[in-house]
Amino acid sequence: MKLDTAFMIDRIPDFIQAALLTTEIAAIVIAASLLLSSIYNVILYHRLPVLHTLVRVHVEIARNTPLLIQLFFLYFALPSLGIKLSNYDTAIIAMTFLGTGYLTEVIRSGIDAVPPGQEESGLAIGLSKAQLFRYIIFPQALRISTPALFANFIFLLKETTVVSAIAIPEILYTTTSYIALYYKTYEMLIMMAAIYLLLFLPLSFLLSWVERRYQHGTFGT
Amino acid sequence: MELLGLELLLQSMPQLVKGLIQTLMIACYSIIFSTIGGIVFGALQTIRLLWLNLLTRFYLELFRSIPILVWLFFVYFGLPLFFNVHLSSFACAVLVLSLWGITEIGEVARGAFQSIARGQSDAGRSIGLRTIQLYRYILFPQALRRMIPPSINVYTRIIKTTSLTVLIGVTEVVKAGQQIIERTGEAILIYGCLFFFYFLLCYPLSVLSRKLEKSII
Repeated sequence: MKLDTAFMIDRIPDFIQAALLTTEIAAIVIAASLLLSSIYNVILYHRLPVLHTLVRVHVEIARNTPLLIQLFFLYFALPSLGIKLSNYDTAIIAMTFLGTGYLTEVIRSGIDAVPPGQEESGLAIGLSKAQLFRYIIFPQALRISTPALFANFIFLLKETTVVSAIAIPEILYTTTSYIALYYKTYEMLIMMAAIYLLLFLPLSFLLSWVERRYQHGTFGT
Repeated sequence: MELLGLELLLQSMPQLVKGLIQTLMIACYSIIFSTIGGIVFGALQTIRLLWLNLLTRFYLELFRSIPILVWLFFVYFGLPLFFNVHLSSFACAVLVLSLWGITEIGEVARGAFQSIARGQSDAGRSIGLRTIQLYRYILFPQALRRMIPPSINVYTRIIKTTSLTVLIGVTEVVKAGQQIIERTGEAILIYGCLFFFYFLLCYPLSVLSRKLEKSII
């Protein structure tokens, strides 16, 4: 097997570009999902009528259907209703839909894990339900769910590979399109593996460290 | 219009069901291999042997850090090139999903084995059981109960992940849907139908897992 190393070196800037795009999408999605899922948990905690049900429906659909179907639905089915989104917007929206579903569950189980004494003593000093959530429950819930949140951030980062299916030029798409263009299958596969290991292996170790520190949390649940 | 949609749905049902069977077959094979392999892998991780721990850790990190879709492409394109092994896309799908599933179930099993009180294995040792006997007769039966709810969660994720196999050319349910859409242009109806299929497969499992989790604790 002879490797075309010159070709590989020439492609490095493209792969850096692709890696940046991957991180950009993941960062936007994680920020948006975290915000939305916090709002969702306010709704769930206060048991707001109607909204409460809508949140449950969103969470269950997001968690029980594949991202690929969510993407394809937005990208191929919505245009026939007159809603046309660019592939980048589709990727962000679909992944936020998914991420919000997962993070809502994570934060909710964090809220469940706050000892009931906290709520009772909050009520005893005369806090309203909103204050109780804002100052007592939510901060503690976030701390409890930190490892699980981390696991889900990494899960979302890895899920960005799926958006290659709607031609977002992230790492996987870059790889497969170069394979299709130049037939440099060996070289591109090796580069892809190297880039993913470089990007994700440190994160995986970071996750193990966070899990050990907090001794909580499960992957993707 | 409404009637037309319904008619189309009825007409395309056989093709969708055929795809769905492929999906289910990939899922079933992968679930079976992952469960058996995962239990062994989980047990291996709890044995204190440096070379073994390094080996299992290496395998685990490979699948934890490289996304599953990348593995699918890697195996599909790479096996013929690097090892001159030619597998059908279906076999690639089962292979990758199983290898990944083993690490996921393995983590579940490891957690379950480690959660069993230390005294159990000490007692087993003191009556002279060998390691295999200890796992077979003492630890595994107790760990199994705790493994079930999180394993069901992993199963739903395996089922959802089968959808990615369409991208390496398996004619499963998503592919069947795409073929119908190419012919008829009814994207909303068909993708809605796919949503429904996956939801129907995964939601009951999620509910079951949650119920069991509560009853076990």
